[in-house]
Amino acid sequence: PQQTAFLLRKQWTLYSVTPLYRFSGARLRDYGRLLGAFIAAEKQKGLAGGGGVELDIKVAVSSLPDLRGSDQDQAAVLVQLSSRSSASRKNSEEKLLWSGWFCCVSGDDLSERVPEDFTCLPLFLANGADSYTSIVGSWFQKTFDCCFRRLAISPLNLSWMAAMWTGCKVDKTASALELVFSVPSLPQPLDILYAIHPEDAKDLWDTVQKTPGEITQEEVDVFMDCLYSHFHRHFKIRLSATKLVKVSTAIASAHCDGFIKFLQSQYLTGVLMLLTELAISQIQ
Amino acid sequence: HLATSLPLPSERDHLRPRIDLIAFMIDIKSKYSLKNVEASLAYVDASFFLGKVCFLVTGVGRVNYCSVEMNAIWKLGEVYRSPVLFCELELEGVRVATAQRLLRMLQICAGHVPGVSALSFGSLMRNSADD
Repeated sequence: PQQTAFLLRKQWTLYSVTPLYRFSGARLRDYGRLLGAFIAAEKQKGLAGGGGVELDIKVAVSSLPDLRGSDQDQAAVLVQLSSRSSASRKNSEEKLLWSGWFCCVSGDDLSERVPEDFTCLPLFLANGADSYTSIVGSWFQKTFDCCFRRLAISPLNLSWMAAMWTGCKVDKTASALELVFSVPSLPQPLDILYAIHPEDAKDLWDTVQKTPGEITQEEVDVFMDCLYSHFHRHFKIRLSATKLVKVSTAIASAHCDGFIKFLQSQYLTGVLMLLTELAISQIQ
Repeated sequence: HLATSLPLPSERDHLRPRIDLIAFMIDIKSKYSLKNVEASLAYVDASFFLGKVCFLVTGVGRVNYCSVEMNAIWKLGEVYRSPVLFCELELEGVRVATAQRLLRMLQICAGHVPGVSALSFGSLMRNSADD
């Protein structure tokens, strides 16, 4: 939990990544060096979002061994870009510019079907400027012959997350279950925020879920339908005709354009398992 | 004739021509459209389900906007023994092709194609879908 605390409360952009060819978990330092050289070269060409101050970019590639589902999963790989203002070498204040990490939690579906030379790390999460994401991404794509694609989350999957995460036990006072809906085909776009008291939501989910530890599509549907009809009764608006775009609970917050925020380290692996599944289905 | 739900208003019953084919449209982006179709199905006479009903699922081009679960749609097709067609209304080519398909189905259901009845065509479509 200590190790991964820095992953919490940051907004991560999600990508799916196809298996990496001839990637070795033992060569992370080499990769860090090579990536650093690549970034420096790109900067020379004027492609690394330059600007005023000359930034010396330091690359660190490390492993996060705890972030995996089983021993069959490849350990998560973290890439961090920090800057050191080359003007003041003496105080060398390092500022973290960008982080990105690859991970695979319970990705047996994919890793079992992939030839020997390939490593499965289907989920990639990035935080920081897009220009750095694209430089790091292109280095990985060139070096390991893989392909990055933004991972979108459908309203169907978001409602699964709403139901799953509502059922999770949280120690401190939980925050409200928040659902954001976007109403299509209107002259001015309209967003509806529906906030439900966490205890009410949990009580509702507890009456719906039949077997603890198991969730069915039917149960998710009933849960969401109850929330929708409650809303309709009060506001005469049919949420089921709108698009669910964001789900926020005490565990995590997810947006359909492919953004996630982890809020509880206890459930980090659980959420990653779900995201890994989504990434794998996008790859296939 | 286009309607947002069934039953059709009874005031115009005497003016309405015979109905040969009912195409229920389900927008995969709207859970409400599925619920609406499910509710409307209750108002359809049983005889229509002998080949004169089909389900048209739209919005299938954008998987990431999916609010309706595919299994629910397949189940609907199975329970009501009617074919399920998919189309993306925003793509002109697909739109035209789907319209042509529906027109062809309508011709059969109206009895304009000799030798092929709505029922036989319906079971033909179902068998090929199972394969």
